[in-house]
Amino acid sequence: MKEDILILAIESSCDETAASVVKNGRTVLSNVIFSQIALHTQYGGVVPEIASRKHIEKINQVISEALQQAGVTLAEIDAVAVTYGPGLVGALLVGVATAKALAFAAKKPLIGVHHIEGHICANYITNPELEPPFICLVVSGGHTHLVRVTDYGKYEILGRTRDDAAGEAYDKVARAIGLGYPGGPKIDKLAKEGNPKAIPFPRAHVADAPYDFSFSGLKSAVLNYLNSCEMKGEPVNPADVAASFQDAVVDVLVTRAIMAVKESGMNRFAIAGGVASNSAIRSAFTERCRQEGIVFYRPEPVFCTDNAAMIGSAAYYEYQNGVRHGWDLNAIPNLKLGER
Amino acid sequence: MQILAIDSSSLVASAAIVTEEKLLAEYTTDFKKTHSQTLLPMIDAVTSMTGFDLKDLDAIAVAAGPGSFTGLRIGSATAKGLAQALEIPILPVPTVDAMAYHFFGTQMLICPLMDARRDQVYTGLYRFHQDVFETVWPQCAVSAEALAEQINMRKEPVILNGDGVPVQMEYLQAHLQVPFFVAPPHVARQRAGSVGALALFYLRQGKIAPEEAWQHKPEYLRVSQAERERKEKGAGSDEH
Repeated sequence: MKEDILILAIESSCDETAASVVKNGRTVLSNVIFSQIALHTQYGGVVPEIASRKHIEKINQVISEALQQAGVTLAEIDAVAVTYGPGLVGALLVGVATAKALAFAAKKPLIGVHHIEGHICANYITNPELEPPFICLVVSGGHTHLVRVTDYGKYEILGRTRDDAAGEAYDKVARAIGLGYPGGPKIDKLAKEGNPKAIPFPRAHVADAPYDFSFSGLKSAVLNYLNSCEMKGEPVNPADVAASFQDAVVDVLVTRAIMAVKESGMNRFAIAGGVASNSAIRSAFTERCRQEGIVFYRPEPVFCTDNAAMIGSAAYYEYQNGVRHGWDLNAIPNLKLGER
Repeated sequence: MQILAIDSSSLVASAAIVTEEKLLAEYTTDFKKTHSQTLLPMIDAVTSMTGFDLKDLDAIAVAAGPGSFTGLRIGSATAKGLAQALEIPILPVPTVDAMAYHFFGTQMLICPLMDARRDQVYTGLYRFHQDVFETVWPQCAVSAEALAEQINMRKEPVILNGDGVPVQMEYLQAHLQVPFFVAPPHVARQRAGSVGALALFYLRQGKIAPEEAWQHKPEYLRVSQAERERKEKGAGSDEH
C-alpha cells in the first residue's frame, strides 16, 4: 500500500491564481500564489472579467511552479483538486476546466472542493494537533460563517451574515475614509493609531438567530457619522473611525463565536479566511480564549488569504472519504457549505 | 499528425480527433448547457469511443477566438490543461477562419458571422483558390453596416454561416447588393473538425506557430467592459 497521498490543488475563485502540492493533507510541499491585487486596485475592487482573463494567462505557469517546487511530476500525483465554488463564476471556471483537463489527461481522480471548507482546513496545515470536532469562524471578503466542524469533511453552519460579509464592510468603510482597496489590511494598520472607544458604533444582533451576523447597519452608521461630521463642519479623525469600526466588528465576532463554543461544550476554536490575518481579531480572540480556557487555533497569515494549499488539505480528507467528481464538474458560484 | 480539436466559442460545443487523412471522430452539440459540463465529457466520448490513446496526440487545436469570453476560456483552459499534462503544443486557430474552412473548394466568397452583441458581429471574408484557403478580410468585431459595405464592394456571391446570420438577417436582406446563400445545418455553425483540419493546413503554410500551454491565451478581439469604460473616462477627462 502506498503511504503518502499527494494532491495537486488549484484555486482561482477570486483574484489569486494559486496551485499547491500537499502531502497527506497536512504537509505543504509547495504553495504558489499569483496575486492580481495590483491589477484590480485601480478599479477599486475585483473586476470579474479582468480576473478571469488573468487567471487563464497565469494558471499553467503557477501549476508548473507548484509541481517543480514540490519536486514531483504530475505522474506522481494521486489526485487533482480544484475549488468549484463559491466565488466568481468566470474565475472559478478557469480553474475547474484546467483541473479537469489535467486530471483527465494524466488519468488522475478529480476532487472538487468548497472554497470555505478549504479556508477551514488551512488550520490543519498550521496546527498539526488540531482534529475535529471544533468550532470555526470563517471571515473573508465574501464570507462570514460560524461553522461546527463535526468531522473531517463534515460541516454544520451555525450562523452566517445576513447582509455584508465582514471583509466587505472593511472595504466599504476603507473607501469612505479614503484608504482604498483592499480595505482590511489598511484599516487594521490605521486603527493601531486610533482610539477604539472614540465613536460608539452599533453592535447589531439578529433577532431569533443568536449566531448570525449583520454588518450593513455598522457600515451605514460609519457612513452616517462621516456625513454628519461633514455637515457640521467637524473634523474627522480617520484613525479613530478605523479603530472604532474595527472594535465594533471584533466585538460582534468574538461575542458570537465564544458563545457558540461555550454552548457546543467543546473547548477548541479556530478562525479562518482572509480577515483572520487581521491583527486586532487575532489578538482579541487570543485574549478571550485564554480567559475562557478555550484552545485557540489560527492559520499562518499566508494560509489565511486565498491559496491552494488549503484546497489540497480539504481535498485530502475528501479523497479519504471517497469523494470523486466527474468530467462534468461545473463551477457553482453560490455553492453551499457542507453540501455534497 | 493526430490532433484533438476543440471549439467552444459560441453555444456550440465541439470536439474532434483529426488526422492528416480524415476525421476520426467528432462530437458537436448546439444547445443551452454550459460548456463546463459538456466539453470534457465530449472529449472523453470521442477518445473512448475510438479507443484513442491520448498519448498518441501530437497537438491540441483550439478555436482561440473571437467568441463568448467564458466559452473561449473554457475551451482554452481545457486545451491548456490537456497540453500541459500531455506535454504537447497548442495550435491556436482563429474561430472565424475555421467556420469559413467548412466550404472547401467553393468559388464563392465566404462570410461567417457570429453574434457579438452590442450591435456587432465577429466576422471576416475568405475564399478558396482551388484548394488554397485565403483570408480576404481578417476576422474582426464590426457593425453589420461595415460588414455589408465590405461584401458589397467585392460584387461577388457570398456564403453566410454562423449564429449571427439569424440575428442580422433582416439587415442583410435589406442591404446586401450581391447574391447570398445561407449555409445548410451541417455547416451552419462551428465544428471542431474544421478547427483541426485548418490547424493542419495553417501549420503547413506556416501561418500559425505552435504554442506551449503556458503561452496560450484566447484572442478576445475586445477589451473588457471595465477597461473600455476606464479608457473612455480617461479620454473624456483629457479633453477638459
